[in-house]
Amino acid sequence: MQNLSNVTVELAAEHGLTGGEFARAVEILGRTPNFTELGIFSVMWSEHCSYKSSKKWLRTLPTEAPWVICGPGENAGVIDIGDGLAAIFKMESHNHPSYIEPYQGAATGVGGILRDVFTMGARPIANLNALRFGSPDHAKTRHLVSGVVAGIGGYGNCIGVPTVGGECTFHTSYDGNILVNAMTVGIAPKDNIFYAAAAGIGNPVIYVGSKTGRDGIHGATMASAEFDDQSDEKRPTVQVGDPFTEKLLLEACLELMATDAIVAIQDMGAAGLTSSSFEMASRGGMGIDLDLDQVPMRETGMTAYELMLSESQERMLIVLRAGREDDARAIFEKWELDFAVIGRLTDSGRMVLKMAGDIVADLPVAPLAESAPEYDRPHRASPKLDAIRGADVILRKSTRDALLALMGSPDLCSKRWIWEQYDHMVMADTVVRPGADAAVVRIHGSNRALAMTTDCTPRYVFADPVEGGKQAVAECWRNLSATGAKPLAITDCLNFGSPEREEVMGQFVGAIAGIGEASRALDFPIVSGNVSFYNETNGVAIQPTPSIGGVGLIARVDRIARVGINAEGLAIILLGQTVGELGASLYLREINHSEAGAPPPVDLAQERQIGEFVRSRIESGDVRVCHDVSDGGLGVAVAEMVLAGGVGVTMSVPNGVDHGWWFGEDQARYILAVDQKSAAQIISDSEKVGIKATRIGTSGGSTLDLGADGAITLSDLRAVAEGWLPGYMNA
Amino acid sequence: MKAAVIVFPGSNCDRDLMVALEQSAGAAPTMVWHRETTLPDVDLIAVPGGFSYGDYLRSGAMAARSPIMKAVVEDARRGVAVLGVCNGFQILTESGLLPGVLMRNRDLRYVCRDVFLRVEQNDTPFSNKYAQGQVVKIPIAHHDGNFFIDSDGHRQLEDEGRIAFRYCDSAGLVDNRSNPNGSLANIAGVLDPSRRILGMMPHPERLSDPNLGGNDGRALFDSILNALS
Repeated sequence: MQNLSNVTVELAAEHGLTGGEFARAVEILGRTPNFTELGIFSVMWSEHCSYKSSKKWLRTLPTEAPWVICGPGENAGVIDIGDGLAAIFKMESHNHPSYIEPYQGAATGVGGILRDVFTMGARPIANLNALRFGSPDHAKTRHLVSGVVAGIGGYGNCIGVPTVGGECTFHTSYDGNILVNAMTVGIAPKDNIFYAAAAGIGNPVIYVGSKTGRDGIHGATMASAEFDDQSDEKRPTVQVGDPFTEKLLLEACLELMATDAIVAIQDMGAAGLTSSSFEMASRGGMGIDLDLDQVPMRETGMTAYELMLSESQERMLIVLRAGREDDARAIFEKWELDFAVIGRLTDSGRMVLKMAGDIVADLPVAPLAESAPEYDRPHRASPKLDAIRGADVILRKSTRDALLALMGSPDLCSKRWIWEQYDHMVMADTVVRPGADAAVVRIHGSNRALAMTTDCTPRYVFADPVEGGKQAVAECWRNLSATGAKPLAITDCLNFGSPEREEVMGQFVGAIAGIGEASRALDFPIVSGNVSFYNETNGVAIQPTPSIGGVGLIARVDRIARVGINAEGLAIILLGQTVGELGASLYLREINHSEAGAPPPVDLAQERQIGEFVRSRIESGDVRVCHDVSDGGLGVAVAEMVLAGGVGVTMSVPNGVDHGWWFGEDQARYILAVDQKSAAQIISDSEKVGIKATRIGTSGGSTLDLGADGAITLSDLRAVAEGWLPGYMNA
Repeated sequence: MKAAVIVFPGSNCDRDLMVALEQSAGAAPTMVWHRETTLPDVDLIAVPGGFSYGDYLRSGAMAARSPIMKAVVEDARRGVAVLGVCNGFQILTESGLLPGVLMRNRDLRYVCRDVFLRVEQNDTPFSNKYAQGQVVKIPIAHHDGNFFIDSDGHRQLEDEGRIAFRYCDSAGLVDNRSNPNGSLANIAGVLDPSRRILGMMPHPERLSDPNLGGNDGRALFDSILNALS
């Protein structure tokens, strides 16, 4: 054994291992680890790779349904979408790298999540991204928005997968920790899905893709620590993406997957060769002998430590059936990618690394991969807040002025400036483009489609983690239902501050409880996900942000609903109860500069009943225009429908309503625009089953007429909604 | 009508172009890998969009020097029709089959959106199903679509009627506001002197299906079928 160096508890601490964790490593090995082994322990047991603070709680989430083929634990979740096909999807964070180097951080976030999906045999059909930036007034925000958007576009546009949706909001809690959550959805033949469990003693372990360089070493460890004022110095731990190589890798992998040469495949993401090799070996209960001299290297003089910890992008590890090396090599040579046999599977249960004739590391697989530390961290529940209704709120602006202010606010304004930088049409199957409730992407060559969306309202989760967790799932479900899709499953990307602080851990525990409850009530299981802790700078945490990415199935692409009101004389109908909940609302924040109050409660039984009613009417062809009511309430929802379709609305405002009616964010509500005949039928049908249905207006003309509160012309509304983001970015 | 679609490493609209051609012609085109040195006997060679060779060096520059492009140039000189879309247009200018260059967009950002085009010439194999002066909606998606040519070259294109499409607004007005990328004289597509080679930045294959939000691209492929069958 080489390098029986003086690894100490202090050196371990510099690697992010606690004294207890280091003692455990020594106990597992029966000796002190050498430097390379220490590096491997540190990344395998980092929060990012081991989920040591979150595992206990993640286990409580519902992950099963008859249509779930593979739940959490693999590279991505897999669900059955009929016709012999499976949808494979996952969302993942790339927060820390994106703050340090926004273009490359965001680009490699997209690259990483794409690989997670095509590793399993799927052709990616869509990308989405949920972005949270700091206050627009913060000195860095403009630079971060510009770099992140360019990075996401630069990667997705080049590889040729459409970026079809997502979110982008701003809040001062993200000033020092932006969130970049990227989601990919892919489609694979149901009977040809690839997993990461190594099998077959003597089978070759293959390295394909880009060469390994010194970039991104300890990225996973960085993602498991808080930022401080010196964080900019961590730039060398950020990786550099090459979407062209990823495109080649995608095509080469799919070509190889069409043969039967692959036993197991795993991308090299966080913690690179270390986590990919350990995960494959561990899932298959195997050992691996690796000859590190065979790893394709970008530079000379790289050490075993660097090779094992590098996070160079666009690389895959594959276990092939013995004897199929030449077939596989021919494919990768065609695509001009590196291909190297770097090891063999063994029955030793150990990872043995050799370099220049020496054994440089010798570690037992199972204890490292499966017996990682697990913590039940102390947690404290957030205090319960009181509801806030219209009568509790001082009126600062007229309805008309408040609506214009909201439509031009950073969170609600049009994000066209962003999504026009993304190729959202390549692959020629994008049916509903960005800017709607959910994007709709046709399943190629068929008349069916997938709807997809990402959702979370961090201010709700901050005010009440349980209700906020529920709401994130419910809104995702609602956005899919509003297009006519049957919601099938979700992926979660859980972004929080430091789990070592009780109130943050309390937010996490509460949000998981809410997510789990909603997911059970709506038959909307969690099939994949990721946890990102330590999103805080100098002790200030972000608003808790459990992003929920959902996928639903549309049986007929010609029977969907869209947001835009595009015809005159339609009846505008509101489904669902309106109490006028203004706690933690955007109205309160933007107009009254207050973030107080409890978020709107989520009634999951009502969500389900109303959502299913709406979907049945879209499927039957009666409803072709539908929008869910969320941020900004009823007033904003109608304004968005008017802008999207280009036809105005005259509102019929019930007597005695206040700004709670206009801007309250009560949940489980949808707005439909239907012809007069269907309107009567829908109202009577919904009342029969106990769903409140209110006619709130009629379409026509080119103004949004708010009744006694005045009117707004479409061109004024458009100027406000479309103006803020380009104005801000070009300032 | 027999067609071939060239596939470079990094092409990503090859399938979209194949689907659109098949939809109009009724037969699937042959996909031809960049390392080939000869083309099958076809009526049309289509060079698709994407990021050939990652657009490294300069968009289209490396693809223009790949083995298959020698065969494309030779067949084009023999009179085989050639359509280049987006990156395909960039490759055709880089390989000398079409004049001018595609520079970085005026505002330096990638842009993907529907734009309106005015059909400037409808007496070509690519546009005979459109009316002269017709305004059509076709999307663009590019970072380097800002067409430029020197003033002599520009005059020649105008005089010879070789500007196939110009960016315009929904009423057909060609002005600076309707120019999405800064292209000289709002030029969106140009023809070679034989009028059998067309390069265009907009993607007709992306709006050739009403389910996707428009069908104006379809007539371009129907025109090809009409002219070359």
